[in-house]
Amino acid sequence: MWRYILKRLAQALPVVLGVIVFNFTLIQLAPGDPVTLLVGDYPATEEYTRQVRADFGLDQPVPVRLARYLEQLARGNLGFSFANRMPVGELIAQRFGPTLMLMLTALGLAILIGIPLGVIAARNRGRLSDWVAQVGALAGYSTPDFWMGQLLILIFAVALGWLPSQGMRSARSVATGMQATLEVFPYLILPAFALGFRYIALLSRITRSAMLDALSADSVMGARAKGLSERRVLIAHVLRNAALPIVTVIGYNLGLLIAGSALIETVFSWPGVGRLLFDSISKRDYPVMTAILMMVSITVVIANLITDLVYAALDPRVRYAR
Amino acid sequence: MSAPLLDVRGLVTEVRRKGRGWTPVVDDVSLRIDPGEIVGLVGESGCGKSMTAFSILRLFPTPAARVARGEVIFKGRDLAAASPDALRRVRGGEIGMIFQDPSTFLDPLHTIGAQIEEPLRAHPFPGDRRARVIELIQQMGLPDPEAMVRRYPHQISGGQKQRALIATAMACSPSLLIADEPTTALDVTVQAQILSLMRDLRARSGTAILLITHDLGVVTEMCDRVYVMYAGKVVESNNTRVLFRAPRHPYTQGLLGSTLSLETASRELFAIPGTLPSADAMPSGCRFAPRCPIAQPACAASAPSLEVVDDGCAACHRLALTGRNVWREGAA
Ligand SMILES: Nc1ncnc2c1ncn2[C@@H]1O[C@H](COP(=O)(O)OP(=O)(O)OP(=O)(O)O)[C@@H](O)[C@H]1O
Ligand SMILES: [Mg+2]
Repeated sequence: MWRYILKRLAQALPVVLGVIVFNFTLIQLAPGDPVTLLVGDYPATEEYTRQVRADFGLDQPVPVRLARYLEQLARGNLGFSFANRMPVGELIAQRFGPTLMLMLTALGLAILIGIPLGVIAARNRGRLSDWVAQVGALAGYSTPDFWMGQLLILIFAVALGWLPSQGMRSARSVATGMQATLEVFPYLILPAFALGFRYIALLSRITRSAMLDALSADSVMGARAKGLSERRVLIAHVLRNAALPIVTVIGYNLGLLIAGSALIETVFSWPGVGRLLFDSISKRDYPVMTAILMMVSITVVIANLITDLVYAALDPRVRYAR
Repeated sequence: MSAPLLDVRGLVTEVRRKGRGWTPVVDDVSLRIDPGEIVGLVGESGCGKSMTAFSILRLFPTPAARVARGEVIFKGRDLAAASPDALRRVRGGEIGMIFQDPSTFLDPLHTIGAQIEEPLRAHPFPGDRRARVIELIQQMGLPDPEAMVRRYPHQISGGQKQRALIATAMACSPSLLIADEPTTALDVTVQAQILSLMRDLRARSGTAILLITHDLGVVTEMCDRVYVMYAGKVVESNNTRVLFRAPRHPYTQGLLGSTLSLETASRELFAIPGTLPSADAMPSGCRFAPRCPIAQPACAASAPSLEVVDDGCAACHRLALTGRNVWREGAA
């Protein structure tokens, strides 16, 4: 298995490299000049501008800059954020925790709500509850998440005033440790739901169809012919078989969460990587942008790898070899 | 005459079709199986053989099927009226079932050993379950039982899968084994092995077998008695020897002719002209009349009932003419 994991990671390396080169080049070709930002709005002398440009290596041609960037990357140096005046690595490390918390909560919500919804819909196939769940899932899946985010803010934060909608904790909070973690919770609810609801819709739909497929399989009739109870048939045979497509969909759609988090974190002022990406784009903070996009591609690669490993653990027909 | 093991009386099984409501696909079928007997159920594809078998344990591949009327008396109890839980205790316990395609009826995610063990867990079993699984695997003639227990379905051959499925069905030593075309999906040499295995089982443990097939060669080799079905009804039944030597229903005569011994000069393959009527366009009288060479207007008017002839029964208005093959002379 370890050989398989190493092989998969090695195969992913060119993909990640490709993402870096592509982003780097694309950003360099985009209109706008980071030097204006560095120098400021105040009219600076020609001399000074040139000086700054040379200091940051921005006077070199793109391939040279790319080569330098890659060289630094290989040494573990992600670069320096112009806008934040801080090493990119440190900056991302600060923001990583909140994003992970938000994404895992959204994923947890999706699994805990989406899968039971799908199971219920499948067991009540053709009845009203199935129909409601189906229409709800379709509507949910077609709703843009930033719009849903704003709707949630309007209802639960502005109109009802039940939940906070901005940031991670109160500015006046002095709590530390466990207390501080608990304080985050009410702040987490709205953004996590806004980020996770399309995933909930997606999972309930997939679960429903996976359950229906698994229920109509001959092997279920075979299991019943052995005299197993319906409960036992459901747990040992139906759910087990239905889990395969569900696992695949959960794993391969993690990109949905990652992409969504940039918008959701912005809407809810959540101090995470997504928000950082948004800010770095508006400030033309190239090193931060490139580093985040690289991180995203690595995350997707790892998520897919984990998905495949879980799948192989569930399905004896899949082997690591080949 | 001893008490029958299974006595199906007046069974009507319906399926629900979109927009047409419930239509019978098994219509007033009665059949009897004595302890230790191998009984064949034959007929064209779609005539209702599987549905009849599924009705015994009320176990259908689709929720759109139900036993509408009739009794299924097994060891003196009516299974058709039994509670779901009582029925569950019979399934895999006193009645085992095997199916046409062994590869789809095994769960791909569980080992062979675990799947053979399942009925032993579902029913009270006094002994050591693992030892019983090994014993069953040996009895089924599967190689290397210790390794076989740990294999997954995709790691063994089709014939081995069917043996594993039979082992599962036989785990609780049932007194009846229902086998729905158990060899159709297998190649010829494996077919013969599986059939001889089933004969051994009957000889060793006295298990009665309901064998569904459309292969009449299999019937002559295996069965003590045969029921012939046409369009949801039993049209003839008899012990195998008499049925093959002197079939009395025109359909049976045609069926036999279409497979083996019609001694026409050219020995060309014979097929009954026409097709099976569909369940929602059943002829009102004798269902075989539209295809029958000796049909008269009276045949379409009323449905014939089963009448005792020779050692068995046949349902035909014109039994007086069927002492000889109606296809050979009728066609001339
Ligand atoms: N799931 C289903 N829904 C509706 N009708 C069905 C269904 N399964 C079977 N039928 C109908 O029931 C009738 C009997 O089918 P059955 O499967 O018992 O035939 P069979 O004699 O076993 O044929 P075969 O030799 O092909 O297995 C057929 O007319 C078929 O169209
Ligand atoms: Mg069938």
